[in-house]
Amino acid sequence: MTSTVVEPIPPGFGREIGGRLRDWVPAIIVFFVAIGLWQGLTTLFDVETFLLPKPSDIAQAFWDDKGTLWDYGVYTFKEAAGGFALGSFFGILMALVLARFRVLGSALLPFAIAANAIPIIAFAPITNNWFGLLNPFSKMAIAAVLCFFPVMVNTLRGLTSVDVRSIELMRSYGAGELATFRSVRIPNSLPFMFTGLKVAAVLSMIGAIVGEYFGGPTNALGVSILNDTQLFNFPRAWAGIALASAFGIVFYGAVALVERLTTSWHPSSRGFRGE
Amino acid sequence: MNVVSIEGLTKSFRTGVTALADIDLDVAPREFVSLIGPSGCGKSTLLRLIGDLVTPTSGTVRVNGKTAHQARVDHDYGIVFQDAVLFDWRTVSRNVSLPLELLGWDRARRKARVAEMLELVELTGFESSRPWQLSGGMQQRVSIARALSFDPALLLMDEPFGALDEMTRERLNLELLGIWEKAQSTIVFVTHSIPEAVFLSTRVVVMSARPGRISETIEIDLPYPRNAMTHEEPRFFELVTAVREALAAGHGGRAFRDAAPAADER
Repeated sequence: MTSTVVEPIPPGFGREIGGRLRDWVPAIIVFFVAIGLWQGLTTLFDVETFLLPKPSDIAQAFWDDKGTLWDYGVYTFKEAAGGFALGSFFGILMALVLARFRVLGSALLPFAIAANAIPIIAFAPITNNWFGLLNPFSKMAIAAVLCFFPVMVNTLRGLTSVDVRSIELMRSYGAGELATFRSVRIPNSLPFMFTGLKVAAVLSMIGAIVGEYFGGPTNALGVSILNDTQLFNFPRAWAGIALASAFGIVFYGAVALVERLTTSWHPSSRGFRGE
Repeated sequence: MNVVSIEGLTKSFRTGVTALADIDLDVAPREFVSLIGPSGCGKSTLLRLIGDLVTPTSGTVRVNGKTAHQARVDHDYGIVFQDAVLFDWRTVSRNVSLPLELLGWDRARRKARVAEMLELVELTGFESSRPWQLSGGMQQRVSIARALSFDPALLLMDEPFGALDEMTRERLNLELLGIWEKAQSTIVFVTHSIPEAVFLSTRVVVMSARPGRISETIEIDLPYPRNAMTHEEPRFFELVTAVREALAAGHGGRAFRDAAPAADER
């Protein structure tokens, strides 16, 4: 039969990377222009270091102390990653329970949403108290609570926003709840879940750093940034902030990569490159 | 024994709307029965009652001599909706094998059956395509292959070609007749289209709305195999006219009155 295939075979992985690199070019240009402007303007107007150090000074400060700062960053990142894992795990678990038992969901969800409005970061001094200033778990706890909500809410939405026909189809096969979850609800939720996980990846780094602002071991990045500002070593403080951002961005990127690999079936993976 | 046997069936929704009243309908093996009627006549609801996706308010539905519930649990029917309802996270062949996986067939047996089904709907070569890479007509053929994959005695089709363009629809009508012939199945088919109902069916059940009732049953005595030429036979036109008049009679001249909210559109 003469069929109407609209789409060609999906492009190979190599081409995807190539296409994506091209997509990044404008962003990379903006990045370097912004750094250049920053450098030029701070030099031109002779801006005081405590207000805004020059990028070159920040880079120098990082370079002079790169080993130490890197170790601090890794320490803090481990806290963030631990919190991310814990918070996401319980977020997904909670979403599964609420999606399975709707009554429970309608009873608990309002509280979950209300709890989302709590400025969780304000609890940092309290978790420091609970688990001990020097115990990394005190920072993981803050990061975990921060990660919990976006993962839970997004996953829940993915589990429940299933086309009613899909559910009827599964019913027509006499499939039970478990099979419907496995074959329909969970795969359907994956793109939503990853949206939550990407938000959580960034939040976890913020949670860990803020937790450290309220006290922690001296080999933690947040403590180091705080100490540097108190010692008027602003370029080094900025270098610490830049490193924290870099960890956050890389973490986000790693989650996005896992998303691409596990939900490559999603129509959005086709991308729109104006072809 | 009839494949479908419905007696004194009534369905009211919680809103108080009576979707269906006093439905009696028998479908014999190898029949192709179309349900046709205006929006709100409950034809989709009737299909769902046969499939035990909706429970009746009163009356009985028996499928293959069992309760509709038992028939559903026993995989006695396959269903095709207006949308193909394919899962993007599965390839074409894994979409077709979904019911087989749920039935616990082993991999080799599934693979053989999927190949057989894709050949039946003429989609061999698209095994590893994703649903969104196919045209609407091809997606609907995958959906038909999936519904037939486990050899159900009965195929329920809810306006399966309603969203397709006229040319694709006519081609798929022809293919469906071929599949019906080969698979030796029984089909209950919901449609809005009079020519489609006449072209496909052994019998057309004309329904009227508010409450949904069967107003007339018209035997379609056109010989099989039917083909594109069937559309041009005088008898075809006579039957189309007969169905159209039955529909108008069922409407009771109320055609221009404002339509109440359709009970069969969810």
